Amino acid sequence: MATFVGLWCVAQLLAVAALAVVIAGYRVATPIVYGVSFAACVVALGSALFQLLGASSAPTLVLPIGLPTLGAHFRLDALSAFFLVVANLGGAAASLYGLGYGRHEAAPRRVLPFFPAYLAGMNLVVLADDAFTFLVSWEFMSLTSWALVVAHHRVGGNARAGYIYLVMASFGTLSLLLAFGLLAGPQGAYAFDAMRAAHPGATTAAIVLGLTLLGAGSKAGLVPLHVWLPLAHPAAPSHVSALMSGVMTKIAVYGFIRIAFDLVGEPAWWTSLIVLALAAATTVLGVLYALMQHDLKRLLAYHTVENIGIIYIGLGLAMAFRADHMEWAAALALTAALFHVLNHSVFKSLLFFGAGAVLTATGERDMEHLGGLIHRMPRTAATFLIGCAAISALPPLNGFVSEWLTFQAILISPQLPQLGLKMMVPAVGALLALSAALAAACFVKAFGVTFLGRPRSRAAETAREADPISLAVMIAFAGICFVAGILPGFVIDALAPVVKALAGAQLPRQSAMSWLSIVPIAEGRSSYNGLIIFTFLLMSGTLTAMFIHRFATRATRRSAIWDCGYPDPSTATQYSSSSFAMPIRRVFGTTVFQVQEKVDMPAPGDNRPARFQVRVFDPAWRFAYGPLARFVAGTAGRLNVLQFLTIRRYLTLTFSALIVLLLVVAAWR
Amino acid sequence: MALIFDLAAQGLQVFLVIAVAPLLLGVSRKVKARLLRRIGPPVLQPYLDIWKLMHKEAVLAHNASWLYRVAPYLVFAAIWVAAALIPTYSTDLPFSWSADLIAIVALLGTARFALALAGMDVGTAFGGIGSSREMLIASLAEPAMLLVAFTVALLIGTTQLSTIATQFAGASVGLRVSLGLALFAFVFVAIAENARIPIDNPATHLELTMVHEAMVLEYSGRHLAMIEAAAALKLQLYFSLLVCLFVPFGMAINDKSPVALALGVAAWMAKILFLAVLLPIGETAVAKMRVFRYPIFLGGAFAAGALAVFLLFVSKGF
Repeated sequence: MATFVGLWCVAQLLAVAALAVVIAGYRVATPIVYGVSFAACVVALGSALFQLLGASSAPTLVLPIGLPTLGAHFRLDALSAFFLVVANLGGAAASLYGLGYGRHEAAPRRVLPFFPAYLAGMNLVVLADDAFTFLVSWEFMSLTSWALVVAHHRVGGNARAGYIYLVMASFGTLSLLLAFGLLAGPQGAYAFDAMRAAHPGATTAAIVLGLTLLGAGSKAGLVPLHVWLPLAHPAAPSHVSALMSGVMTKIAVYGFIRIAFDLVGEPAWWTSLIVLALAAATTVLGVLYALMQHDLKRLLAYHTVENIGIIYIGLGLAMAFRADHMEWAAALALTAALFHVLNHSVFKSLLFFGAGAVLTATGERDMEHLGGLIHRMPRTAATFLIGCAAISALPPLNGFVSEWLTFQAILISPQLPQLGLKMMVPAVGALLALSAALAAACFVKAFGVTFLGRPRSRAAETAREADPISLAVMIAFAGICFVAGILPGFVIDALAPVVKALAGAQLPRQSAMSWLSIVPIAEGRSSYNGLIIFTFLLMSGTLTAMFIHRFATRATRRSAIWDCGYPDPSTATQYSSSSFAMPIRRVFGTTVFQVQEKVDMPAPGDNRPARFQVRVFDPAWRFAYGPLARFVAGTAGRLNVLQFLTIRRYLTLTFSALIVLLLVVAAWR
Repeated sequence: MALIFDLAAQGLQVFLVIAVAPLLLGVSRKVKARLLRRIGPPVLQPYLDIWKLMHKEAVLAHNASWLYRVAPYLVFAAIWVAAALIPTYSTDLPFSWSADLIAIVALLGTARFALALAGMDVGTAFGGIGSSREMLIASLAEPAMLLVAFTVALLIGTTQLSTIATQFAGASVGLRVSLGLALFAFVFVAIAENARIPIDNPATHLELTMVHEAMVLEYSGRHLAMIEAAAALKLQLYFSLLVCLFVPFGMAINDKSPVALALGVAAWMAKILFLAVLLPIGETAVAKMRVFRYPIFLGGAFAAGALAVFLLFVSKGF
């Protein structure tokens, strides 16, 4: 039933996409397209939620489209239902936000038809139950999102972002194609059921996992496959950026979980070592990249890379525990990862919505030209602040709960039998702690430079609050961050069927715990209670304030800035984005990013301004993609001569190719 | 009846931590002054300072936002809650299970986040420099702190503070090399987190190397009182955490008799007062270091923590 509802919503989305092609030129198109998308997402969200909580059985639905002998299989099990919830929650919010934000769109014809199609593609990936449908939907999702990335293709850098995205997306799909090819075996059993039944050997499983890591990892943004992400995500319109960062990376995580935990059987323990190493590197590098940025949307996109790393740390731990038959620990790690999937989709969407509101209000994405927006856009600022605190893993908000669960899973690792994992996991834990602290620094910078201080430009000085629809969406998502943070037990319980199906065990029922605290393993071992922490914070804060106002004084006077007696009226004397990041850039960046700082100070008496220049190199470009691109270009240059041969030489070439192939066949026999 | 007694015990802790915190600061300052051959302010001076600041008019910049006015209370509340959840004199407090070691460290992170944002609110260079450096120090200290938690969790199998204290106070764990290393790491982290010498100098206001004081430079009146009280409370919190993790002896363990509780309070007071005397002795022996030497200092803490963990992997005997 839920599968059918999901497909019906997909059909509706595709229909409105087709309609949008016709009507995109008219003013009414924006409310129609986003309204219908919103309705479809809400219906799909409701049915998926019902399926997840009801945990009823999930029959396969076969439609007579696709490959003639195969048809298209669709199925909605607990895992798909959870990711369908994540996708449609983000989709519904982005559609609603689009109702307000989309009115400012300069080129609606380039956005409106692709937006619902993109949503449909993401839903189809999650619903698919055979490799062919999965890959077609995956590619459909990639292409529609690519179209949205290049919607504003004349803006500097966007065309390049689109090109790199296209190359990386094709590479990812190719890897997944090969992985599914291996899983399908020589008989070509493309249905997921058949793959599940056939247990591949250890070597095949490892190769499949490696290919999946490349394919799904490139879409999710694992280092060093992340290079397209910070270029492409900010290039799209903001509500699409929210979908790409908040939802599409999660669909990629879904692809990984589906193959690694469901289809491939039980891989060897050392595969988790690779996943953990990549995840830890992704986490720290992602947040360090983010800290170096001064473009608000690019900062958010880079930060997505970090969160993907955190999710993959949970997944890697779950793989390790599962390989060693510690089902309860695997359940904990997997719960942590899935909880973070939900959390990140919520707060990253919220932050992108906020960035979109700032972009609409000021026309600026560069934080060095913003500042003081908390006065001009108070509601946007408040919701953005909640998003920042949540993503920095601060209690009592939701980001902390999933990181806390991840830490609890890390603390079980000494019970693993393999020395390699024992040594590795504490290091991963330390890197996770480092990245949490750096994330807090990153978001103090993002919020502080954008919303606090004095306005650094005319546009920031005259900004206007965002429209009510966008604000409503942001407030709703800030509310989710908050509720999921103080009542995490219900979320964990809702995840239980997914975890049970994949890890073979589940956490103790959390909503039955006393005082609604969360107890992942056993009472007395570790517990956390967001509700009590929040209540205590609220009580002690208000009581103190009331006490002081009642018994001491509440007299307040406004005056000029003190600044130790030497205030400077120029707004350029404030700490800017790059100066805030300077100590961290010095400490961490000089080796990793080969940061070069150049100060051009004019001689005394010289009137030209002093200049400061920072160059940050992404090692992935310098050491992986740069050489690769040069090699491809060089080879192509050398092969170019083949284009200008005489007919005689072409015939010789053809003939010799034939000879070589015949020889190969002869040697093979 | 039992519930009322439990709540009373928790309530005692809540008000005890806040009542004692300025005293520790006073003792530290007095000892430091004596070591420098000054007479120094009276031991109770911090109480008077906070009381005086509370009654003064708060001066706000014209462009200060609501965040600037809320942050001091939030900082104070977060540190107070964290301090109230650490077992000080008894392991039997009814709410101590609502946050473990990791959650308490994260609560301090919430306080730091709020204060760093408040430092950037008015838009001055001093506030920004303080916020930026504070976040740098946090990012260097937090991995070391996690490794301390990891060491303890390896030995006891939990991060729940009351269980840790119970286990350590019993003889089953004993003296260990890795615990010594963890203590070393913890002390370094505590020095950095509390903005003490050699990381930061709490006594200066206009040195370019300062961190915490630069961040709160614009504050005055009751807001400053909250921040000063929060700083004192944080120092007390780290002392209590050290006592709870490494020397929980004398604490009332699973014993609710008034005698045991009174003994627990006395033992706790004695231990943290001893630490308050020890702190200035250490501080007068070293000089403040440059900002870009922090990584070496806190890297040392990280290395000690890592060594503690790996020693435990090699042999449970360490």
